[in-house]
Amino acid sequence: MLQLSATERAMAEGAAGPARAMALRIVADTARMLGANRLVPIASAHIDGCLYHGDSGTLFAERLVAEGGAVAVPTTLNVGALDLLHAGRVRLEPPREAMARRMMDAYRALGCLATWTCAPYQAGHRPALGQHVAWGESNAVVFCNSVLGARTERYGDFLDICAALCARAPETGLHLAANRRAALAVDCSALDAALVREEAFWPVLGAWLGMVAGARVAVFMGLPAAAIEEDRLKAMGAAAASTGAVGLFHIEGVTPEDPAVMPGHDSLSLVPAMLHEARDRLSTTVVRVGEAVDAVAVGSPHFSLKEFRRLFGLLAGRKPAIPFYVCTGRHTLDALQAEGLAPVLADSGLTVVADTCIVVTPILPPSGGLLLTNSGKFAHYVRPNTGRDVLYGSLGDCVATAVAGRLVRDEGLWR
Amino acid sequence: MTPLLPGRAQGRVLKLPRLSLWGGVDPFTGRLTDPTLPHFGESVQERVLMIAEPVGSSSSSAVLLELLRSGQAPAAIVLGRVDAIVGLGVLVAREMGWHTIPVALMSPTEQERVIDGNVVEVGA
Repeated sequence: MLQLSATERAMAEGAAGPARAMALRIVADTARMLGANRLVPIASAHIDGCLYHGDSGTLFAERLVAEGGAVAVPTTLNVGALDLLHAGRVRLEPPREAMARRMMDAYRALGCLATWTCAPYQAGHRPALGQHVAWGESNAVVFCNSVLGARTERYGDFLDICAALCARAPETGLHLAANRRAALAVDCSALDAALVREEAFWPVLGAWLGMVAGARVAVFMGLPAAAIEEDRLKAMGAAAASTGAVGLFHIEGVTPEDPAVMPGHDSLSLVPAMLHEARDRLSTTVVRVGEAVDAVAVGSPHFSLKEFRRLFGLLAGRKPAIPFYVCTGRHTLDALQAEGLAPVLADSGLTVVADTCIVVTPILPPSGGLLLTNSGKFAHYVRPNTGRDVLYGSLGDCVATAVAGRLVRDEGLWR
Repeated sequence: MTPLLPGRAQGRVLKLPRLSLWGGVDPFTGRLTDPTLPHFGESVQERVLMIAEPVGSSSSSAVLLELLRSGQAPAAIVLGRVDAIVGLGVLVAREMGWHTIPVALMSPTEQERVIDGNVVEVGA
């Protein structure tokens, strides 16, 4: 039974204005639905609700603005439906374009930071270990919980902004220590060390995790810390949160929390054959090496400075022969500028998409065709969201394919 | 069946083993868009949408809110486990003064006994 504090009851009755009252009502009703006993104060929020899915979301944000709403904690914004830095990149028809812009304006008017990225954790928003926050965007949630060790449930659109307005979230799910213990222990020591060192392994591991774990917390054992870097964890979490409802995983010796297991947890030993199905499901079609590919897309989650450096290194001055989309945030474009890499990018032949990405708004040409990606999340959502077929490959495969204009793939990785 | 959000509704069951409303349902047409799932291409409008495993993106509440506003929402939603993301779309619709629908909980095992396409009543 939910108990509200005196402050919270006063807020619900309008003591902090009508927008906060509405926000608190929605947070409290969600807490009741989830069976929470209390609300927990939060330190920050990340808002996924700023992406246009129809006029209803715009009207809701504008209602909050009209009623004097303002965020009560530092709040970053996920992608919107428009690339505000590259006019004409998004082909949204005029009425929807206007409503998407109004929505982005409304969220800024509520006091949110115009980060427009699905990787806020690489744009300076990094809550501390153990801190309670309210984050939306499934990949950001899993990164926040797993890699940073801050505590958030998987918040949907609208609850995220409501939590930011009233600085409260339902005390339930991954806010509670007991629910952060692993229900599934995965021993990875039988995997080939060379495979684990490959960048392309990590999204597949994530896709497998989402398929097997659903919403359960897993702990991985036997993954070498030396093979693990932040962008790999980012890619793994994004894939896991696409194929399943994963909100948290632990990697023994790598992620910051004590990876305790629940009583009666499941255990399994991961062998490469188990990953083959997950890898195969990241492609919607079978294409032979040498056949035509129409476009390449990377950057889900948004490309980091490190990932751009690796991409520039692989391109080595060569130009893509087919469209090569790189989705990123303005924080990374600023970093490229600061590092003196803006001219390299400008001369690269890459198509930069900022503030948004290719699966949430119309960017790809309507002609269709086959897309190659190194992102498990893109691989999962390209077919349903754009109608195109998609192939999954490594960043190296993406570059070699883009330069050749036909499929080049290293098939030796997954023996 | 345990009520999560109040209301009473009747409709033909549309059963899915798993679904993310975002990426799984077109918010403008209400049609199912994942070719790997049963009922691909069908509309969820006026159906009792029964999802054994709700999965995926946190934008699912926005898709549901848009369907509620445009009148293309399911008649009710039955979930295999509590999922705040789905329920939230309904809570916001209520605050905005728009149409709302009941959301209920039914274990995946119980869902197995429900026949796809049959007319059922959901309500509390």
